[in-house]
Amino acid sequence: MSDIQKKPSFHQKFFEKNSLILTLGVVVTISIGGLIEIAPLFYLNSTIEEVEGVRPYSPLELMGRQIYLREGCYNCHSQMIRPLRDEVERYGHYSLAAESMYDRPFQWGSKRTGPDLARVGGRYSDEWHRDHLINPQSVVPESIMPPYAFLQDATLDYSTIAAHLRVNQFLGVPYSDEAIENAAADLEAQVDEFSSGYDDLLARYPGAQIRNFDGNGDVITEMDALIAYLQWLGTGVDFSTYDPDAAENQR
Amino acid sequence: MSQATAMPVKSSGLDGMMIGLICILGAFWSLMAAARGVDPQMVAHGWLMLIGFAVGLILVVNAYSANGRVEDTGLYHDNVIKAGVIATMFWAVVGLLVGVVIALQLTWPGIFYFEQFGFLNFGRLRPLHTSAVVFAFGGNALIATSFYVVQRTCRARLAGGLWPWFVFWGYQFFIVIAATGYLMGVTQGQEYAEPEWYADIWLTIVWVAYLLVFLGTLWKRKEPHIYVANWFYLAFIVTIAVLHLVNNLAIPVDPFASYSYSVFAGVQNALTQWWYGHNAVGFFLTAGFLGIMYYFIPKRVGRPIFSYRLSIVHFWSLIFIYIWAGPHHLHYTALPEWTQTLGMTFSIMLWMPSWGGMINGVMTLSGAWDKLRTDPVVRMMVLALAFYGMSTFEGPLMSIRYVNALSHYTEWTVGHVHSGALGWVGMISFAALYCLIPWLWKKKGMWSRALIEWHFWLATFGIVFYVAALWPAGINEGMMWSAYNDLGFLEYSFIETVEAKHPYFIIRVAGGILFLAGALLMAFNMYKTITGDVSETEDVVEPQPRAIPAE
Repeated sequence: MSDIQKKPSFHQKFFEKNSLILTLGVVVTISIGGLIEIAPLFYLNSTIEEVEGVRPYSPLELMGRQIYLREGCYNCHSQMIRPLRDEVERYGHYSLAAESMYDRPFQWGSKRTGPDLARVGGRYSDEWHRDHLINPQSVVPESIMPPYAFLQDATLDYSTIAAHLRVNQFLGVPYSDEAIENAAADLEAQVDEFSSGYDDLLARYPGAQIRNFDGNGDVITEMDALIAYLQWLGTGVDFSTYDPDAAENQR
Repeated sequence: MSQATAMPVKSSGLDGMMIGLICILGAFWSLMAAARGVDPQMVAHGWLMLIGFAVGLILVVNAYSANGRVEDTGLYHDNVIKAGVIATMFWAVVGLLVGVVIALQLTWPGIFYFEQFGFLNFGRLRPLHTSAVVFAFGGNALIATSFYVVQRTCRARLAGGLWPWFVFWGYQFFIVIAATGYLMGVTQGQEYAEPEWYADIWLTIVWVAYLLVFLGTLWKRKEPHIYVANWFYLAFIVTIAVLHLVNNLAIPVDPFASYSYSVFAGVQNALTQWWYGHNAVGFFLTAGFLGIMYYFIPKRVGRPIFSYRLSIVHFWSLIFIYIWAGPHHLHYTALPEWTQTLGMTFSIMLWMPSWGGMINGVMTLSGAWDKLRTDPVVRMMVLALAFYGMSTFEGPLMSIRYVNALSHYTEWTVGHVHSGALGWVGMISFAALYCLIPWLWKKKGMWSRALIEWHFWLATFGIVFYVAALWPAGINEGMMWSAYNDLGFLEYSFIETVEAKHPYFIIRVAGGILFLAGALLMAFNMYKTITGDVSETEDVVEPQPRAIPAE
């Protein structure tokens, strides 16, 4: 069934004769879609809505997020509530683009082997999280989640916390120089309700929850950081000031 | 036939010097990382990479004799392909084994999780599984077959002297860095792009070398035209380079830290990631394996490609349309709706060029349909195309926003991926290896045809068990999530939907074990073919002639 023409076609003379032209053809062909779809997201102002209450992660939350990434939580938990009736009733207000604007990388996820975590903050007590992470089946017997008991024994290594903030600042996350200077102090202050840094921390990170998260006051553990991150998730936006039907929020 | 006799000639040795320099620079950086790494993972990787670069340097030096580097100028460079075939088989077994382990974890968490071994939790093993099957098994299959096909269809020896070996070992090195990283918790936290910045830089170097070896061989070709399989391989290599470079743009926290921050955030990061993720499917798992299909099916059945014109049309339309399809992973998310709609539209259009490839492959059997009955390898190829056709129909279906509302986040997606990955990628790769092993090791055929038959049926039943379990599991799950009772409340708690999947998960484990068992039989058959006497085999394959016309 071979239908090779007697006269060489344009394709035969051009693309099949010259590997560089073929390569160039491929590059041009695959660039069009990406450029048209992705590039506008970087300059269209409507891509991310303006809302009250979204702020960069506090140092402790940021380290907790690193543990969330390290353990691959995104493999089973999404952080993206879709505007469908059942999801809004199950998980809360649908997710806004603004809520992940400081997320590098984003953690929207693609699979819900476990429930969505976009608004898990404030839903359960620290004790519940602790018990659940140590042995998920102790609080949810049918759970298929693995145990993360080792987090409570692992001392949090935050020696590079200032560098974490500095890289984020360089990439455009609004951390002030002052926040970078005080990163380690802020991190320590967030697990101690009686620390002298309490007010400074709250001024820099409004709404930060300040307490000992893992029930162990001697050391700052990875459990502290992870629970601090989980308890912040989805609690930032003040939805009393957000009108989903406003023209500027239509995307 | 003067070319056929290997004439050792003196090489300039420049290739070895450049690779040696890369190894020295790499070893220097690794030593610094081992000494000054800011986290234990970086230190461990520093030592590991130091060993890797040192071994690389020894291998390079070894390639030089007292008179400089002597280059084998035989017609074809096949030793690197033999290594690639063995590596492909090895990683297939590893990747499938890890897959079975994580399937067991989700089914019986009480037995397969160990509190004291947190690094074996699902979250760290799942990237190990996906990378092992996609990049290690699939990637090695693509590199090995592309090196074979480009030489035969160009009637030219692989370009670059030692560089093909650099590509092979450099790629294995990347896999080892990535895999050990996952177990230690080194990850970028983006699916299928988990390796951290230093592994990404290393892969970029290897990939550029791969592109240049491939292009260099095309430049040396004695055939006037570039054969269709090579268009697909070239599109795969070039596009993966672009995707890899853009999606992995990140800044490390410290020059010797194993963690980094993506230059993209939130919604832009999401789209870049799924532009990457979906086209890893489109160009790694589709275009590359279509390259395999376009060479191995015509060779095995002894028929020309069904339609040359169809191959042109579906090649260009496939690569043009695929790149737009990424946003269908982000339906109903905070991604602007216009982008979602574009993604959905192009995903549906993608159905046609995909089926163009399937039709071209299946119809190549015209006049040789009897081989479907007599040759289990041909049956494997056709099964692969059937699964390709099914999953490229299912994909556009799932990309429709209203279908996606149900299917997204559920096991249906996992079932869909595995019908493509096990059915299409797995089967076409196994079939290609069954052709390559006797050709490369100059054997009459595979050691046992009965074992190929067993492999075929075990794998087929394995896939059927797998997808037949996860389709209903996913649909059931999606419907339970959105079910309301008479009082207008959500009917099921989340954990009830997890519980409901348990029986399906058991069937999935059974399917995975069957598929793995087939691969183990293949590994044994391969071992016997390479080392043993196959003069008694029933699996007689046509020996490869020394020179093959391109069309």
